[in-house]
Amino acid sequence: MLFLPVILPLAAIVLLLFTYRMKRLQQWISIISMSAITVQAVMIMNRVVLDGPFAAQAGGWPAPFGITFTADLLSAILLLATGVLSLIVTVYSIGFMDDTRKTAGFWILIHGLVTGVNGSFLTGDIFNLYVWFEVMLISSFVLVTLGAERKQLHGAIKYVVLNLIGSVIFLTAIGLMYGQTGTLNMADLALRLRESEHTGLINSSLMLFFIAFGIKAAVFPFYFWLPASYPTPPVAITAFFAGTLTKVGVYVILRFYNLFVVTDLATWQIIVMIVAGVTMVSGVLMAASSYDIRKILSFHIISQIGYMIMGVGIATVLGLAGAIYFIVHNMLSKTATFLAAGLIYKYLGSYDLKALGWIYKDYPLLAFLFLLPALSLAGIPPTPGFFGKFFLIYGGFQAGAWTITIVAILVSIITLFSMVKIWNEAIWKKIPDESAARQKNPLPLTSLWATIVMAGLIIALGLLTGYLSGYFLEAGRQLMDVDLYIRTVLH
Amino acid sequence: MRSEILKIAALHLKPLLLSLSLILLIRGHNEPGGGFVGGLMAGTAYVLYGMAFGAEKTRQLCMVKPFLLIGLGLLFALVSGLLALLLTGGAIMEGIWFSIPVYGDFAFKLGSPLLFDSGVYLLVAGMLMLVMLSIMEEG
Repeated sequence: MLFLPVILPLAAIVLLLFTYRMKRLQQWISIISMSAITVQAVMIMNRVVLDGPFAAQAGGWPAPFGITFTADLLSAILLLATGVLSLIVTVYSIGFMDDTRKTAGFWILIHGLVTGVNGSFLTGDIFNLYVWFEVMLISSFVLVTLGAERKQLHGAIKYVVLNLIGSVIFLTAIGLMYGQTGTLNMADLALRLRESEHTGLINSSLMLFFIAFGIKAAVFPFYFWLPASYPTPPVAITAFFAGTLTKVGVYVILRFYNLFVVTDLATWQIIVMIVAGVTMVSGVLMAASSYDIRKILSFHIISQIGYMIMGVGIATVLGLAGAIYFIVHNMLSKTATFLAAGLIYKYLGSYDLKALGWIYKDYPLLAFLFLLPALSLAGIPPTPGFFGKFFLIYGGFQAGAWTITIVAILVSIITLFSMVKIWNEAIWKKIPDESAARQKNPLPLTSLWATIVMAGLIIALGLLTGYLSGYFLEAGRQLMDVDLYIRTVLH
Repeated sequence: MRSEILKIAALHLKPLLLSLSLILLIRGHNEPGGGFVGGLMAGTAYVLYGMAFGAEKTRQLCMVKPFLLIGLGLLFALVSGLLALLLTGGAIMEGIWFSIPVYGDFAFKLGSPLLFDSGVYLLVAGMLMLVMLSIMEEG
């Protein structure tokens, strides 16, 4: 059962390959398979909530030898969020993507991406993790270049090169780790690292891991590929990337930090905090100085990643719960802003703030669909963004991490500023004269509804925070409880 | 103008390469070889043919489209992983082995790894053909 989130999209890929060029059928297959993945995620979530974390072994080989899949509450939450997100983006893409891209394998690739993401969330083996990363990256490489526009290829080169360097560093780290401990199983590794005496060697491999995942998660100073490549493909693809790819990087940092960092905790904490702070500040400053909606939103991803890393650094249950909540909030809100930006583009034909305007007057619903996730990102109550930041800042003060917490609060204000800038320019201001005659296109219904559902989910997450916070705290607790993880896998 | 020597060589090398690729696939179980190299070799046979006679003719020669080959390969791999689950209720990706008696003590021992390898073979061959034929048509 634990393997189904990987097998289902794979089976869908096979079906999609056999129905190549049958446009309508492929759309239905995609919707059905994404729904099935979501249902499967709900079932896994249900079991984890009822019985606690559980594991499954591939090929029936017992734990440290075979490949293990593990689901604890963190994995289950992220699986569910990915399932919902991919279903919504799939529905959105039906109306949004052009026919050329649809028939050039868009559906196949998006399933490939889901396979990789789900696999990364579930696997309990570091080499297997590398494999899922590759599955994810290869699909995303092709998705970034799909359609082969000049601009896209330009961004894709930076994306591919930097991520390949990340993969090489990741692989090197795996090799070093395996050389020192003789195991690849994450639970077994955590157990052996506690007893190991070669702290210098371990810390150097862990630093390599941190750099590799830092590249994938787009933290300072490794984020340059993100603003170069994210704004180039069609917005449906960017939305999906924004919701999943960098979040996988953050998930792995969360997992590795809690499982493997056993010595020099104070030093690691300082490093992580500095990285988090600089990521937040530099991301938001660049966002504040851009004038293309997609660029602003892309820089925001970076800044938001900083918040998640800050939760890792706080390293208390509250901090981790905050980071997990923040990931989920971001998967919804960030994707929703991109989806809304795509609708604005469909409506007025531009992403450039200077050419846009008056959406509030012409299409209040569209204005609302953008405003809601934007406010959520800025952290206005009662949106989930507020509660995410509340958890993190409260956790930060409790743990005595004053500097980073104050930085986080200041960054929030600049975030609000840049969201207000989009609001003022694209939605509030009078449309510039030369483009006044530009015709306004009708919006594709599926895309509009997908965005509305996304907005509904954001409101629901915000309003239900009181009820859901117990799960996030429990997820944080399970993440910190390394013994529980080891017991789950090895027995 | 394409070289006549290349044409004749390609014509005769194609069956040779294809049968060798099958040998590589089967002997890969215990010795060097396997689905990946086998698939590469099978793909190369068609690429060589394409270099001699052009991409158009090669497409006509292949009975199935490269895309179908890739799909079929993935299907084989997927089924080989699920076989144990479906047949014996075992774990996922568990090996399934059975032997077909041929004559006396001599028997074919077959297992799900061979199915997986055949999947890789088809996938790699299909991928190579897809990539190379597209490049040839553009050039």
